[in-house]
Amino acid sequence: MTVPKVCGIETEYGVALRGASDANPVLASSMLINAYVEHRKVGWDFEDESPGRDARGFAREGAAPPEIETHLVNTVLTNGARYYVDHAHPEYSTPECADALELVCADKAGERILARSMQAARRLLGAGQEIVVYKNNTDGKGNSYGTHENYLVDRSVPFATLVRQLLPWFVTRQVFTGAGKVGGENGTGHTGYQLSQRADFFEEEVGLETTLKRPIVNTRDEPHADPQKYRRLHVIVGDANLCEVATFLKVGTTALVLAMTEDDFIDKDYSIVSPVPSMRTVSHDPTCRATVELVDGGTVSAVDIQWEFLRLAQKYADDVGLEALGSEEVGQQVLERWEAALTALERDPMTLDGQLDWVTKLKLLDAYRERDSLGWDDPKMALLDLQYHDVRPEKSLFERLVRAGKVERLVEEPDVTTAMTVPPPSTRAYFRGQCLEKWADAVVAANWDSLILDVGSDPLRRIPMMEPLRGTRAHVESLFEECTTPAELVARLAS
Amino acid sequence: MPERERKQRPAPKERADEEVEDLAPPKQGEELKEELDDLLDEIDSVLEENAEDFVKSYVQKGGE
Repeated sequence: MTVPKVCGIETEYGVALRGASDANPVLASSMLINAYVEHRKVGWDFEDESPGRDARGFAREGAAPPEIETHLVNTVLTNGARYYVDHAHPEYSTPECADALELVCADKAGERILARSMQAARRLLGAGQEIVVYKNNTDGKGNSYGTHENYLVDRSVPFATLVRQLLPWFVTRQVFTGAGKVGGENGTGHTGYQLSQRADFFEEEVGLETTLKRPIVNTRDEPHADPQKYRRLHVIVGDANLCEVATFLKVGTTALVLAMTEDDFIDKDYSIVSPVPSMRTVSHDPTCRATVELVDGGTVSAVDIQWEFLRLAQKYADDVGLEALGSEEVGQQVLERWEAALTALERDPMTLDGQLDWVTKLKLLDAYRERDSLGWDDPKMALLDLQYHDVRPEKSLFERLVRAGKVERLVEEPDVTTAMTVPPPSTRAYFRGQCLEKWADAVVAANWDSLILDVGSDPLRRIPMMEPLRGTRAHVESLFEECTTPAELVARLAS
Repeated sequence: MPERERKQRPAPKERADEEVEDLAPPKQGEELKEELDDLLDEIDSVLEENAEDFVKSYVQKGGE
């Protein structure tokens, strides 16, 4: 039986330290986060150490790289998000959200936090130096970094069932989730444009890996919630989206397919004969007409399979309802957007300019190709591709298109600004964020599923948060209003 | 499974009617082209210089 589709997105941003001869990406990532945390004065460090905020060397003049002893920075923000260094990238994990629209806002807030971080880091850098981040998934040279979605899933659903439904789902949803890319990588030999930043990097159907031999369905089993009741489906196959419509579709439709899978509503087998090569077949065809072979026989396009899923989802909405998507209202929006997208993809994908990243970027590249008579292998194509994802508002080509009114938005900018510091009201992120907002000094450690408070008298008190939908504003707002100290809060929670 | 209230999707026709009032007259080809040219000019002014070197210098470590 379906459980509420609590969801979140983790984004590893590409990072470059410009103007330095030896640009250490781990250091640059740490500086970004420390600069932001310091700037906001609300940060807090997992490791119970002061963040590497020692500015020794940061303010030096000249082109030498900054030097500082650093550790991997790991912070939790008052909006309930996690902001940290992962491998050699700054990573932003949104707080848990109850629906796709809330997540669009939380994900956009992450971009703004990275932009603010770059600005704040400027004062730590030498003259002529700048840290720049990109919300994309590849450097175009065979190195990929991830954007991972997470969904709460009923533990009792056999994992093999999830795998069976998700393989065709992930292969075909690229037609709207792709962020677009010039060229091919990882030996695919593709030239020209393709739908997805990531498709070239998937080499297995199922597995635990995320960094090499990447699987389409990732098996990481780390629920960050009651393990008897829940799984957290960790989706590594997606692209980083800038278009809000694309993020909304990506999350909303995937949540819907998961709900249908949990309710055993999918009565047909859409298994694809060779999912890994099919990922590429679909991605490498911007006309969206390429076909893949079904195990049950027949060759169909990705859009054909998407229509099948949509028709089932419409029936599911009528028979069962869409409360699992957070609300009927958001669920209906998902269905409407999805149908509109498939209709457009079938007629003319380019009409989705301003809604899907791969189309929006392609339209821009085509305009340049026409004006300047450029081939796909012209370096300017690769530059436009990269700079589309630049997170600096003044340099981001995506933001230029937004300002020119070419991109459809689903959330209001003031709401995005609020989401930078205020948690979503609808999940346990509210409790986490409020504890940090009110009593940052008393929070000794936090995790997705627990929080440790120093209430002034030993021992430290651990508050389990194993239910993602407990600790919402409706549950605990009055508690936070009434308690003046963390000790009071702990006592009230225990009573 | 808990009983869920069956909800009716709003009829597509009603929504289509609402939208019609908001539609501005479609832009003509020339106007669109001018708008696009202006946008490309604006983007030219923020594009990083020396595309080839710039793109070459963007090298990441794999992540995840």
